[in-house]
Amino acid sequence: MSAPSRDLEAAIARHPFFAGLAPELVHAVSAGAEARVVAPGALIAREGTPADVFCLVVAGKIALEVGAPDRPTLTVQTLGPGEVLGWSWLIPPHRWRFDARAVKETRFLALPADALRGILADHPAWGFDVLRRLVPVLAERLENTRVQLVDLHAR
Amino acid sequence: MLAEAAEPDEPSGPHPFAPIPYVVRSVVQETPDTVTLAIAPHGSRRIPPARPGQFAMLYAFGLGESPIGVSGSAGEGVLFHTVRDAGRITHALTRLTPGDGVGVRGPYGRGWPMEAARGRDVVIVAGGLGLPPLRPALRTILRDRDAYGRLEIIYGARTPKDLVYAAELQEWRRRGDLRLQVTVDAAGRDWYGDVGVVTTRIPDARFDPARTVAFVCGPEIMMKLTARALLARGVPASATWVSMERNMKCALGFCGHCQFGPSFVCRDGPVLSFEGLAPRLGVREV
Repeated sequence: MSAPSRDLEAAIARHPFFAGLAPELVHAVSAGAEARVVAPGALIAREGTPADVFCLVVAGKIALEVGAPDRPTLTVQTLGPGEVLGWSWLIPPHRWRFDARAVKETRFLALPADALRGILADHPAWGFDVLRRLVPVLAERLENTRVQLVDLHAR
Repeated sequence: MLAEAAEPDEPSGPHPFAPIPYVVRSVVQETPDTVTLAIAPHGSRRIPPARPGQFAMLYAFGLGESPIGVSGSAGEGVLFHTVRDAGRITHALTRLTPGDGVGVRGPYGRGWPMEAARGRDVVIVAGGLGLPPLRPALRTILRDRDAYGRLEIIYGARTPKDLVYAAELQEWRRRGDLRLQVTVDAAGRDWYGDVGVVTTRIPDARFDPARTVAFVCGPEIMMKLTARALLARGVPASATWVSMERNMKCALGFCGHCQFGPSFVCRDGPVLSFEGLAPRLGVREV
């Protein structure tokens, strides 16, 4: 695999998810990473397809959508700069659970999931560091989902 | 405690329970089930000016009264009340048309501590119909903008069609001296704004926690979670103020229907410091 560009590595190191983690970890996960720009309306992830990247949102806005037969597609959450898209890359069977669509032009850093899983498995301390960043994201989204279930605005 | 909530004025009227007749001047349909009524005194008698955060008892003749926050005021004693059709009395209030009569008592309660907010950053967090009682506070700040620090407004609703004050939201969005974040719990693809519960916008809010006052109004669980999120950002509980709503009947602290621990919400609130409230909010029996 070719060496990551310094700009890309620096961008990953600056992103809140990786900020402050070991430079060696950031260097390792930068290999094969890509900076992507998608147009408004572009589908970034489709439910059921392989979750082959972990996305660090840099700019723009991504909608997580739920589709159901006979119902309009519903956006259940939006993600903005500094947030991350997805944990499906980590959890078997590594397939997206939701659709993710760009609401406006969106820039994100795509880290290849295969390589990322390998790095974290080979370096348990790094794996623990990444999980310590990822679990609060999961916990926050779980709490928000529970709050949505409660329906804050119910009469 | 940072400060005391604004002291109530003495309500006027020949008898504390006798409403003063008002007449509906105009009705704005905010959402399918919510209207904003502009009401004016029908005659020479009127209630005293309301302070931001106070409420009035609106009397639907023949049915009864409901406590409704004052959402604005204008010359000639005109009051604005935003009402959602959520019961027998509010159903009648939302069906009023220009020229109809309505009784008014008030204004009641302690409002937002506007003096305590001067010189500080102000974070206003509204959930659903929590925005109307906050609007007078917001207008007070905008009238004297230099007296306050940064102004952050976070407004959440269930869906885009549940957002009220569409024109004012546009106006606030255009202003350079405040920051408005609007979020909804769920939306279709025709919504280009944020989706997520209102607390998800707190981490992105711009304020200095050490010199911030927060005004929060909405459903009780939303206020509790918002205050918790503000605490996580470093805003002390003593600087967070919430507007409670608890079965207010007499509005004068007599009947006890709105008792919340040692407080009567109608008399000691509806605006209360989160510092004193927090222990009670976790007690289901209170």
